[in-house]
Amino acid sequence: MLRTGLSILLCILFFPVVAAAEKPLKKASFLPQWSPQAQFAGYYVAYEKGFYKNHGIDLTILQGGPERPPFLFLTEGKTDFASSWLSTGLRWRSSGHKVINICQIVQRSALMLIAKKAHHITTPRDMDGKKVSLWGDEFQIQPRAFFKKYDLNVKIIPQSYSVNLFLRDGVDVASATWYNEYHTIINSGINPDELTTFFFHEHGLNFPEDGLYTLEESFQRDPSLSCAFVKASIEGWVYAFSHQEEALDIVLRFIEQAKIPANRTHQKWMLNRMKDLTSFSDPPGSIGMLQPSDCQKVSQILNESGLIERKPEYESFFVWCDKDVEK
Amino acid sequence: MNPFSCGATRMWRNRGIAFKLILSTSVSSGLIFLLIFGLHYYSSLKIIVKDIEANAQSLALSKANMIETVLSSTQKIPENLACFLENASYNKEEILSLLQEIVEKNAEIYGSAIAFEDSPFEGKSSGFAPFFYKDDGKIAFSDLSQELGGYSSLDWYQIPKELSRPQWSEPYYTGGGSKILMATYSVPFYRVVRGETQFMGVVTADISLDWLQNIVASIKVLQTGYGILISKNGTLVTHPLKERIMNETIFGLAEERGDPNLREIGRKMVRGESGFVPFQSRGTEERNWVYYTPIRSSGWALAVLFPRNELVADIKRLTWIVAILGIIGLSLLSIGLTIVARSITKPLTTMAKATQEIARGNLDVDLPVPRSGDEAGLLLSAFRSMKESLRDYIQRLTETTASKERIESELMIAHDIQMSILPKVFPPFPDREEFDIYAMIHPAREVGGDFYDFFLIDHEHLCFVIGDVSGKGVPASLFMAVTKTLIKATSFKGIAPGEILTRVNRELSQGNETCMFATIFCGVLNTRTGEILYANGGHNYPCILRGGNEAIWLKGNNGLVVGAVENATYQTGQTILHPGESVFLYTDGVTEAVNEREELFSDDRLRTKITLLQGHPPKGLISRIAEEIALFAQNVPQADDIAMMMIRFCGKRNG
Repeated sequence: MLRTGLSILLCILFFPVVAAAEKPLKKASFLPQWSPQAQFAGYYVAYEKGFYKNHGIDLTILQGGPERPPFLFLTEGKTDFASSWLSTGLRWRSSGHKVINICQIVQRSALMLIAKKAHHITTPRDMDGKKVSLWGDEFQIQPRAFFKKYDLNVKIIPQSYSVNLFLRDGVDVASATWYNEYHTIINSGINPDELTTFFFHEHGLNFPEDGLYTLEESFQRDPSLSCAFVKASIEGWVYAFSHQEEALDIVLRFIEQAKIPANRTHQKWMLNRMKDLTSFSDPPGSIGMLQPSDCQKVSQILNESGLIERKPEYESFFVWCDKDVEK
Repeated sequence: MNPFSCGATRMWRNRGIAFKLILSTSVSSGLIFLLIFGLHYYSSLKIIVKDIEANAQSLALSKANMIETVLSSTQKIPENLACFLENASYNKEEILSLLQEIVEKNAEIYGSAIAFEDSPFEGKSSGFAPFFYKDDGKIAFSDLSQELGGYSSLDWYQIPKELSRPQWSEPYYTGGGSKILMATYSVPFYRVVRGETQFMGVVTADISLDWLQNIVASIKVLQTGYGILISKNGTLVTHPLKERIMNETIFGLAEERGDPNLREIGRKMVRGESGFVPFQSRGTEERNWVYYTPIRSSGWALAVLFPRNELVADIKRLTWIVAILGIIGLSLLSIGLTIVARSITKPLTTMAKATQEIARGNLDVDLPVPRSGDEAGLLLSAFRSMKESLRDYIQRLTETTASKERIESELMIAHDIQMSILPKVFPPFPDREEFDIYAMIHPAREVGGDFYDFFLIDHEHLCFVIGDVSGKGVPASLFMAVTKTLIKATSFKGIAPGEILTRVNRELSQGNETCMFATIFCGVLNTRTGEILYANGGHNYPCILRGGNEAIWLKGNNGLVVGAVENATYQTGQTILHPGESVFLYTDGVTEAVNEREELFSDDRLRTKITLLQGHPPKGLISRIAEEIALFAQNVPQADDIAMMMIRFCGKRNG
């Protein structure tokens, strides 16, 4: 309470000074790939804490959702920045769209397959001949590569946004993300020890997920804006991980504004998993960097799956502000 | 034994009766009270819990039944429709009007759809899903197959299709402004085509769950008890806190509170179990009971929370009252005991002090007046009268002792006087060698009735007397003094001993109101010739020792006792002592001395002893006989006066 009061006071006291000292704020917009949740905590925190303003950006965060595909919005000029999966980014790049990755936030794949031990599934081999529900598009790349790797013949069933079909034993195996559906299943009364989990990153199929994207021409027009956006976003994430309760308050506020049911326990789980997946504990210099090997690996699998015809060049696809601009 | 317990034991032993009484009674009754109290509390609680369980069960089951009834009646409609679609032939218009009619006619149904896997009418492979629903009181229509993304992977369609059985969906909110909580019942329907059962589609009925929320919300147990309904996934469908509804699962709640017990209850609920369990939420300190029971048709579960604190409040209040009453009772008991104990110990303490005073000799110490008639009062009165009696007794004793001492001193004087009237100087006639005389007396008391006497009547005649007055003590001694004086007064020259006794008898008999008498042996020795004239007034026969022969009894001329009969006369007998011969006189105290076996010393023993000792001079012989008697009697106290006298006739030495 005191801290909130103090920060408000500080804002009132110093904001005009800062504003006066800095150049006028640049307007920009950002679209997360899904509706508000802790998966995007860093951006909401950076927004609420004024990190974007501190870096000279007057940012608008658009509300994401299934009806707002990020790259479509990006290429149509409806947003300046967007968050999306690396695989999606590579596909768009490969199909000739000049989108670039300016920061790879999530380094580890959260996507997983999940099964009930009661269905006698404990190893990948046990999935053979079973009913597996999968989401569409990008979400099928890793599972299909997984089935190919282990030479599994499974019956694929489309999966909706809920895990109810899995909970009611309509399928043997379901797709899930570690930070979301896995926890939903646990909080539907199934204990972790009753489940078998298959994390793709443990099976040589690590797809870095959420990254920040912009158009190549936008970047070239004003590199400092993109870099300021990345910097402020990373600051937001760092702050969110070290001030969890405050970050959750902020996230929940955005969820409520979007009129979506808010569940603090679930968001807390998600924030903690984001902390695990972003690997911010790695050497500080590498935060936000897309590893060339990861990029190569994902391109390779996409290519093998016939989803891309040519692999985008790493150097032109990923632009790292620390190296490319500031120095 | 350790020093502490030893000290404690000593401390306990030295405490007062009141302390011990109060402590032991309070402790034991306190323990009894606690036992009864605990037992009462425990069994009351058990009864209450049993009661609550029964109530909980009937309450939860009745509510669950109400919900079940509504759900199952709603289920009939899509089930019947599915049955129709499986068995009848129909065209598109028939289907649409039927569906519209269903939504119109059934108030509880918000909307209903028939979602075909493949449209049976237009021959196209895409789906066909007519949906009628109520919108602002009007019936609206929409084809769900035209909506974005289709319906093939939506729960309401996909789950019954994959499971091949009717399903209730998870409750959900309708989109748009008016948030209505809904649930959809989906029934898959099939057709047999060429011998194969083929999935055709799903019939749905959407119902609003307002009524269900109302039913659950109407569950109120006392002030804070409430009911909750969770869906198959554990989602809170109803909850007193609005923000939790449809927003959290019971498992999320358990995670938030870090309460594995709640999670376990939740798991049992979604598994369709029922039960009655204690439940203490980690968040709040309140302890509750939860009864949960499944809603079978939808896989949901109803739980009713019974606030333990409120339910046991009465018991707790009662327990408090009992506890307070118990404490008051114990206090009153202690006070009562203190008073009683004081009433016992106060007189005891006073009496202990008084006894010490009395022991020191102070019999005038003050004692409190007994105020009660109980044992302590009785003891105090007894103690008072004992003190009074003791004081009187000691006073009397002092007086008696004084008078006894006086009498004793008088008796001593009397003794001295009595002894002084008997000749005590031996040899009495140192210038006379014709005879040797020795006598001794040993009264049983200070003064006695035995006496002896000897005196010279004239130069040649020695009168000797030994007597024994009847009775003992002072009267006997007085009678003896009178008798001795009379004898001496009566003896004059030439008078025969018989005449002496006759005269003395007459004197004594006159006015002898006490009827006392005496046995007297009176003799007169002619110191020249050795002739003895004698008279015997009822006395023991003397012994004559005639040198070397056995002592012989001097029998004959035995008269009556002296002083008894006024006119009695006494004869004078005669015998001769030759030089060296002796006469031994004694009183019955000698022969009637008794030993521990109650045997008498006896005449025979006396005669034998005298015979043995006849060589000794009179003094020696008498001393030896006295020793023999003492030896014989041992510790038996002397019962009668003893007197002995012996005269040895020596004859005229010079001629």
